[in-house]
Amino acid sequence: MPKILTVDIGKCTGCRLCEVVCSAKHERASNPAKARIHIIKLEDDRILVPVVCNHCEEAPCIVVCPTHARFRDERIGRVAVNYDRCIGCKVCMTVCPFGAIAFDWEAKRIISCNLCDGDPTCVKFCATQALQYVEAAAANQRRQREIAIRLHKSLQEFALSINW
Amino acid sequence: MPLTRKIVFVDLSSGKIRKERIPEKLRRLYLGGRGLDIYLLHNYIKPGCDPLSPDNVVTVSGGLLCGSVVPAAGRCHSGAKSPLTNGVGSTNMGGFFSPELTFAGFHHIVFTGKSDKPVYLWVHNGEIEIRDARHLWGKDCFETQRLIREELGDEEIQVMCVGPAAENLVRFANVRTGLKNTGGRSGVGCVWGSKNLKAIAARGTMGVSNRYPQEALEYAQKWQKQVVNTKVAEALGYDGTMFIWNVTNTVGLLRYRNFAFNQLEDWESLAVEKFHEKYHVGVVGCFGCPVHCRHQWRIKEGPLAGLYGEGPEYNTQMCMGGILGITDWETVLHGSHLVDKYGFDMAEFSNIAAWAFELFEKGIINESETGGLKLEWANAGKLLPKLLEMVAYRKGFGDLLAEGPYRALKRLGKPEAEYYLLHIKGLGNMLSDERATPALALGIATSTRGCDHLRSRPAIDLYHLPEKILEEVFDGGPMDSNFTSYVGKAREIWVMERIYALVDSIGTCKFHSIFFSPHMPKFEEYAKMIRYITGMEFTPQELREVGERIYTLERMFNHREASYSRKDDYVPERYFAEAVPGGFPIVKGVRMDREKFDQMLDEYYAFHGWDKDGTPTDETLKKLGLDKEPSHIV
Repeated sequence: MPKILTVDIGKCTGCRLCEVVCSAKHERASNPAKARIHIIKLEDDRILVPVVCNHCEEAPCIVVCPTHARFRDERIGRVAVNYDRCIGCKVCMTVCPFGAIAFDWEAKRIISCNLCDGDPTCVKFCATQALQYVEAAAANQRRQREIAIRLHKSLQEFALSINW
Repeated sequence: MPLTRKIVFVDLSSGKIRKERIPEKLRRLYLGGRGLDIYLLHNYIKPGCDPLSPDNVVTVSGGLLCGSVVPAAGRCHSGAKSPLTNGVGSTNMGGFFSPELTFAGFHHIVFTGKSDKPVYLWVHNGEIEIRDARHLWGKDCFETQRLIREELGDEEIQVMCVGPAAENLVRFANVRTGLKNTGGRSGVGCVWGSKNLKAIAARGTMGVSNRYPQEALEYAQKWQKQVVNTKVAEALGYDGTMFIWNVTNTVGLLRYRNFAFNQLEDWESLAVEKFHEKYHVGVVGCFGCPVHCRHQWRIKEGPLAGLYGEGPEYNTQMCMGGILGITDWETVLHGSHLVDKYGFDMAEFSNIAAWAFELFEKGIINESETGGLKLEWANAGKLLPKLLEMVAYRKGFGDLLAEGPYRALKRLGKPEAEYYLLHIKGLGNMLSDERATPALALGIATSTRGCDHLRSRPAIDLYHLPEKILEEVFDGGPMDSNFTSYVGKAREIWVMERIYALVDSIGTCKFHSIFFSPHMPKFEEYAKMIRYITGMEFTPQELREVGERIYTLERMFNHREASYSRKDDYVPERYFAEAVPGGFPIVKGVRMDREKFDQMLDEYYAFHGWDKDGTPTDETLKKLGLDKEPSHIV
C-alpha cells in the first residue's frame, strides 16, 4: 500500500530544517529557496505551516500539463515529472492551489516534491514528527488517538468539576 | 560552499563598500563567527579608541557552518569594543538572521566610521545597499522589523536591529532579531546606535553546497539523533531553560534581592509549571534546531491581556523576577516584553537596578538621588515597567543606571556603594550566585567579555558525575565530582572556553555542545562535520588549538584595550566576604576561599600557557601563530 506524507500543523516549531535537508538532498546544497517544502511563518500570530506538494489525486497540474510531463506515479502514490517531456511552461505553477511547485531559476526547470522516491528526507529530520510518512490507511489513526485521549481527559475533568 | 561566502567592509562615514573573499588561511586559523570577528576587531579597531567614537568597529557574522545541514547552525555573532568593559564586546544570538545573511552571500560584515544620519543595510544576493533609516529611528525592535519587511516587500526578509535603548546610547543596549532572539551582553547594540546604524536586512537565495553532500546529510542525521536522544534536549524542548530553575533554587545558586539570599522564598509562584498553566501557547525552534527551547506566551486576561512574546528563559525568571525580589509571572512577562521592545540587556539592567534598590535599603542613596523614586523591594514589581522605560530613554534616575557599572559608580561618587555592585571587568553579574561553585566562579571571573557564563560554563559540573567520566569529558585529571571542590575546576573552564569559542565560530548552538550533557557532540564530531561540509581537514587536536587561539586573541585584545590582567580575574569582593545564607548543606555557609581561588587561577593560566599575571607568553603566542598580530591578512 502506498504511503502518504502527512503534515501536523500543531506540531511544527518552524525550525526550517526540512527546507535545509530537502534542498541538500535534491540540490546537494542547503538552500531553502530551492527546497520542495517551505514553512510559512507569521511569528506574531503563531502561524507555522509547512507547505508541500499534497500529491493530489485529481491533480490540477497533471490536468493542465500540455506535454503530459506531469503524471501520477501509482507505485509511490505521487505526482511525478518526466523531465524529458517538460518544456518548463510553468502552467502547473499557475494552477497549483498550494503554491507547492517552484521554478529553479538556475537549472531552468520545475521543482516539486517527489517524496524522495518513497523515503522523504524531511520526515527523517523532523524532530517533532510534524511531518510523517505513513501508510494511507493508518494516516488518520494517530490523530484519532490523540484527540480521543484529549477528549477523555477533558470529559473526566468536566465530570470531576461538577458537583452531582 | 561556506568558503565562498564573503566579507564586506562598510564605511559608514563615506558610504564606501568593499567586498572581499575570506582567505582560506584565516578560515583555518579562526573558522568564522566569533573567531574571525575577534581577528577583525583586533586588526581594525584603532587601539585605545573610545568605544562610542567612529574609531570603534562593529562586526556582524554567521559562523562557518551557518545555513548548512548541521542542526541549529543559525547562530549570529556581533562584536565591537565594549562600551561597558572597554574590552571585548561580543554577543551571540539564535534565530534566522545569520542563515539568511549566508544565503545572501556573506558571512561577515565590518562597519567602520559613523553615518551622519540613521541608516540600515540591505543585503541581498551578493548586493549591498546602505538605506535611509530616518523613518525607523525611534521605532521599537518589533516594529522596525515589520516596517523593513513592508518597505522592501518581502515577508521572508530577516532583520537584525537595535531599539530605542541603543539610539539613546544605553551602554548595555543589545541587538535583536525576531520576537526573542537577542545578542544581549556587553553593549554591542550601543555601539550600533553610536554609529547611527539601525538595522541590517538580509534575504538570499544562494545555496550553501556541501563538499561531500551524501556524507554531510547522513552525518547531520546522526548528529541530530545524538542531540535529540539526550535527556536535556527533551527537558529543553518541554520547559526551555526554565527546567533548571527549581533545581538551582533548591540547591541555592540564585540571587534574591541583589545578594540578600540565594533562594527564593516564594519560588513556587514563579516556577515553570505556573507558566505552563496560564501563559504558554507553544514552542518554536531557531534555524534548523530540533530542540525547540523557545516558548511563545500570551497573557489572556486582566489588564495586560493580549500581551505576547517569546521566551521566557531561566534568565528572565531571575532578571525580571528574583534578583529584584519579584515573584509574579505577569510582571516578569511584562518586563521581558518591554526589554525586548526597547532592546537592552535585561541581565545588566537587573544587576544594576538591584544594586540601586539595595543602596536605597541601606540608606546610601535616597529619594533626592533617585528623583523621588522609592526604591523599596516591596515596590519593585510596580516600579519595573517605569524603570525599564526610564533606562531605555535615559530619563531621570534611569540615566545613571544606563551607564553600566563602571560609569554609574563613578558618576554616583560614593565609595561605599562600590561593594554592593556585583560586576567583573565592568559587566554586571547575572542571575546566579557562584560562591559555592568554584568552577562556575572561575568561569565568570576569567571570561573575556566580563562577568558572563556563556564563555565557559560547565553546567555538567553540577551533576556529580563520576570522576572517570569527568576525566574523559575534560581530557584529563585529576577531577572531583563535588561541585564545591576546587580540584579540576581550572581544567573544566579551560576546556569549556575552547569548546565555546569553537561553537561560536562554527555558528551552532551551545545547547548542542557539552554545556548540559556529556553526550553532546565534541571536537571529534565538529571535525567530521566541518570536513563533510567544507572539505577542510582538521584533527580534533587542531580544533582545540583553534579554540585556544580565539580565546587567547580575545585575552590580548582585553590586555591592549583595557589593560586587564590577573587583578581583574577575580569574583566580586562579596563572594569572599559573605557566606552563603541558605540552600543544600554543602552550599550553606560556604564562601569563596581566596587562597584556593588564587591556586585555581594559577592552574588556569598554566593550562592556557599564560604567565602568572595572565598574559600570554611569547612562546604561547608563537605556538598559536599570534606573535605577528595584527597581521592584516584581510
